[in-house]
Amino acid sequence: MSLLLILEQLLNGLQFGVMLFLIAAGLTLVLGIMNLVNLAHGSLYMVGAFVCAWVSLQSGSFLLGLVAALPATALVGILVELLVLRRLYDRDHLDQVLATFGLILFFNEGVKIVFGARPLRLDLPGWLSGAVEILPGAPYPAFRLAIIAVGLLVGLFLYWLVTKTKLGMLIRAGASNREMVQALGVDIAKLYTLVFGLGAVLAALGGVMAGPIYAVEVGMGEPMLIMVFVVIVIGGIGSIRGAFVGALLVGLTFMLCRAFLPGLFGLFLDPVGAAAVGGALASMAIYILMAAVLIARPRGLFPAHG
Amino acid sequence: MQRSDLIALIGLLAFALFPAIAWAGDSLWAVDLGSRMLIYGLAALALNLILGYGGLVSFGHAAFVGAGAYIVAILSFHSFMGGSFLGLPGTGSGFLAFPLAMLVAGGLALAIGALSLKTSGLYFIMITLAFAQMIYYLFISLPDYGGEDGLSLWERSDFGPLDIGNDILFFYLCLLLVLGFTLLKRRLIGSRFGWTLMGLRDNPRRMAALGTPGFRYQLAAFALSGAVAGLAGALLANQTEFVSPSFLSWHLSGELLVIVILGGIGTLYGPIAGAVAFLLLEFLLKEVTEHWQLFLGPILILVVLYARRGLWGLVEGRNGR
Repeated sequence: MSLLLILEQLLNGLQFGVMLFLIAAGLTLVLGIMNLVNLAHGSLYMVGAFVCAWVSLQSGSFLLGLVAALPATALVGILVELLVLRRLYDRDHLDQVLATFGLILFFNEGVKIVFGARPLRLDLPGWLSGAVEILPGAPYPAFRLAIIAVGLLVGLFLYWLVTKTKLGMLIRAGASNREMVQALGVDIAKLYTLVFGLGAVLAALGGVMAGPIYAVEVGMGEPMLIMVFVVIVIGGIGSIRGAFVGALLVGLTFMLCRAFLPGLFGLFLDPVGAAAVGGALASMAIYILMAAVLIARPRGLFPAHG
Repeated sequence: MQRSDLIALIGLLAFALFPAIAWAGDSLWAVDLGSRMLIYGLAALALNLILGYGGLVSFGHAAFVGAGAYIVAILSFHSFMGGSFLGLPGTGSGFLAFPLAMLVAGGLALAIGALSLKTSGLYFIMITLAFAQMIYYLFISLPDYGGEDGLSLWERSDFGPLDIGNDILFFYLCLLLVLGFTLLKRRLIGSRFGWTLMGLRDNPRRMAALGTPGFRYQLAAFALSGAVAGLAGALLANQTEFVSPSFLSWHLSGELLVIVILGGIGTLYGPIAGAVAFLLLEFLLKEVTEHWQLFLGPILILVVLYARRGLWGLVEGRNGR
């Protein structure tokens, strides 16, 4: 185990973490402000990836795919908000779980009908498919570095949006006291639709960046969604800062455990046993992390509401 | 007798006669579907005990169903292949495997509940999901028991004179267990225990002020619910003669929640009505189109939007509850 390998895995963890953050940011805003459990958020991530992959395949340009995917997913998100979700804001979480579970079924089948049941391939543009030497003799894929950069930029943008702008002020106010914001004459319905559209764009961005690394396939949003919920719950519901810290924690834990746990168990177990035990613990690690955080701090690390 | 009890009784009669009707209609395959409805109904009844009456949204009940199913499958595996499971020899006997499945699932629920009940609301939903995912990955990583591919049962559990290899007798075993647990739940809900549970759901602060040890009541209900979900798992393993990690996946947890909400949350018979409706809908849509989920999804949404107290809410009418 060399230092370079550790550095590479740290970067992988960071890359996975910022991708989780992109998806978590939108979901935690919706959850924190509108108090809506949206299981279908992973579907928006899937729609973003599929639109990008399809347009890229047709046009031969990844950038064109990206440019098409963001507004298309925003549109899908806003439509879903207008047609279904806005009727659910004042329902309890259970009704929301059932209805958005229905949306997942609908979207999975819909994507299958529109784009076909087979996974799509999403190729990288030439200028991103190479590797960059981060240290002498240590190449690292350029695309993964680009993901880290985009994720951090989006993080900064959201930080600015939430803490420095009027919209951000309303978002924060809406998260802690929605009636008061409404009483002050803010069109809360429009605000909600806007925030939802923003969340959809972020999810699509996550999907576009996941596409070249993982498979673009039906159901790809669901394992991601569960991880994102883990992120949000660790960070504290409704908190962007919490989502950021939670995403990095989960990303790093996931990648580092996957890379190093089997080897660690290899020190005192036979190879087959070590691979099995190490692999199992690595898969469980983020859930163990979440349970530990919740047992110590039942409202997450940075709870948004008092 | 209330109207809802009368309708439940008619439902019970319909179930009791179901194999005969299927036989007369030359469609015995339907008995299999009926057993599945009963098994899902049993799991949903168990979930509803804590969900409907305790207000505790467990998004991890598949863990208990899966644990029960795996106990039966693993014991059956060892009874044919030799070896032992945690020091226990294998067995094909249902009289041993079923109670053990309940015990293990209940013990698991006791442990998970003890940790999860420290949180509430959305955090509770997520922590139960997290624990279920842990169990899911645990079973995926056990190559001896099939790992991701799952494990086939050599034959259905041995209940002495009652040969549940026969689909019709298996159906009646399921019916008997559903009936038994429904009656038990009915007693439980009307008891001091049930009232305390509902009190904790509606006003935990007041119950705390009254000096009720709420944690203990909720934990007991959670463990009982887990044990019965494990029993449903034991039946499910027998019905499909196969277990796989998908029995533990969050999809099944989600489906159970859907079934309870669809049938009518916090109603005695609702979960069974929900299971019947859900599986029937799935079955019918599959007959009509390969893209059945495209229709099932919106139907669920419509039910949430327009049938707020679920199907059993419609049965009970305005005065019910």
